[in-house]
Amino acid sequence: MLSLSSYFSAAYLGLFLPAALALYWVMPQRGRRAVLLGMSFLFFWAVSGKLLLYLLFSILSMHHMGLWLTDLQRSAAQALEAAPKEERRALRTAARRRQRQVLAFAVLLQLGVLVGLKYSPFFAVNINSFFQLLHLSWQVEVPKLLLPMGISFYTMQAMSYLFDVHRQKIQADRNLLRLALYMSFFPQIMEGPICRYDQTAPQIWSAPPIRRRNFALGLQRCLFGLMKKIIVADRLNLFIQTVFTQYENYDGFVIALAAVGYTIQLYMDFSGTMDLAVGTGQILGFQLPENFRQPFFSKSISEFWQRWHITLGAWFKDYIFYPVSMSGPLKKLTGRARKRLGNHFGPLVAGTIALFLVWVCNGLWHGAAWSYLFFGMYHFACILLANLTGPYTKALKRKLHISPTNKPYLVFQIVRTGILVCIGELFFRANGLRAGLEMFEKMIREFSLNSLADRTIFTMGMDKMDWLMVAAMLVVVFLVSLVRERGKPAGPRFWQTYILPHYGLCCLMLLAVILFGAYGYGYVPLDPIYAGF
Amino acid sequence: MEQLLEILREIQPNVDYDHCDTLIDGHFLDSLDILALVAEVEEVFDIIIPTVEIVPENFNSAARLWDLIQRLREDG
Repeated sequence: MLSLSSYFSAAYLGLFLPAALALYWVMPQRGRRAVLLGMSFLFFWAVSGKLLLYLLFSILSMHHMGLWLTDLQRSAAQALEAAPKEERRALRTAARRRQRQVLAFAVLLQLGVLVGLKYSPFFAVNINSFFQLLHLSWQVEVPKLLLPMGISFYTMQAMSYLFDVHRQKIQADRNLLRLALYMSFFPQIMEGPICRYDQTAPQIWSAPPIRRRNFALGLQRCLFGLMKKIIVADRLNLFIQTVFTQYENYDGFVIALAAVGYTIQLYMDFSGTMDLAVGTGQILGFQLPENFRQPFFSKSISEFWQRWHITLGAWFKDYIFYPVSMSGPLKKLTGRARKRLGNHFGPLVAGTIALFLVWVCNGLWHGAAWSYLFFGMYHFACILLANLTGPYTKALKRKLHISPTNKPYLVFQIVRTGILVCIGELFFRANGLRAGLEMFEKMIREFSLNSLADRTIFTMGMDKMDWLMVAAMLVVVFLVSLVRERGKPAGPRFWQTYILPHYGLCCLMLLAVILFGAYGYGYVPLDPIYAGF
Repeated sequence: MEQLLEILREIQPNVDYDHCDTLIDGHFLDSLDILALVAEVEEVFDIIIPTVEIVPENFNSAARLWDLIQRLREDG
């Protein structure tokens, strides 16, 4: 049976997406909105069935709670205007408290569904382990729950909407259908990018007609994503599955290669999916937010997270890091600590508390398992270490006369960051925290190049040709990234003026997918990784 | 304004605050600098900077930050 559970499935690319685009193309503006909304709900229903009710609950509750918040803000403003000056402070405090209560309730509704569905089995398992540890015979039933498609993504969107209404950055939307489209938009609901209401909702609702140039450029972007997924991510799949499930049989080099391979696979799968989402948006005339900005050019872990899954990092920064670090007690702490510890270490105290929370949330967002929490703590530790040693490395660089533009030092920083990222991904992919630790130990203690010397490396799910294909595609992706990193050149005039050359490139890309894609006998397509979060 | 420039120079020297308009986008100030800056500005100018105002547009240049301080002072 045809399945829509991946954006790269034949059913989605061959049937659903062309049908949605065709319907959108032939309709007038009002009809185009209806097509987007109808297709989005159809897509959700096709993947998650009656779990659609959870999405409807999120939409209805955010709509209602948003309006409630706006009404409270309006009546507070009117009351303040009418009140004598000496009473205003008390009125303002009472109004803020009430708005915070409503916001907390609204967030609880959204978060409650996510936590209940995604984390209750994890809590139950750990409670049972705890009882076992105390030699108690009590057992909590571990619930077996199905997750609605994209719940981790659309819940973040709903919460950002509520926070922004509370902060009066945006007005609550009275139009339920516009909110429903913002929450359910089919090209991005499964894996993001995590959109903000003010950036995306109005442009999607405007439903502009399809322009020829947008169509060509969007199609080009979609096909580039398809190349990343089918030529690299799917091809690496068997090797990675083999090594991660039977790591006891392999030496340190193979495990290190699998960690690097998985990092590449994750990037190709996720950034490829984002190319498809942003490209589809571009075809329809929308600009969805970018989720990647050449992450492997990062010089530190902190910078890496400003370039990888950008919309998730920005969400945590805007709604956890700054609100926590700027909360009353922590602000006071920063003020006092600055006077004692100076400009660097002073703010670091409050910053570290907020950063810790961010990385607990980031780890748990990816999944309800200790290995994900460890993944979060690993990145927290890397960033904290860099923050603590920052002034000393700066001083050392000055002493050694290393300028920030020193090329060998830049390469060193980029390679160092890459290695740290790959180690983090090893734990992320490993089948549990214990397996991750064992793999890491093996990687260090049992490092040998035997599998390369006796060519057994070509018998672990990928032959020599597969490795060559992956390497060739990586060169292409690297060159494209390099061009983007150096600032997008507009290209020669014919490239900017005519559409035909873009279609020519699309044909070449499609040919590359057909000729070099890893599909059919001997390959196992990779399930969308981020859809599982 | 001179007072603000002093605070900025104390937190992160070696930046041309008179001309730089990409303090955040150009990574001249990081999140820890922002925490220090907000704490100091709030104390010196007796204002409270709400979290919603902590966006790159308000911190990308000394002039923009000065505008924010003025606005928050007027709002009381």
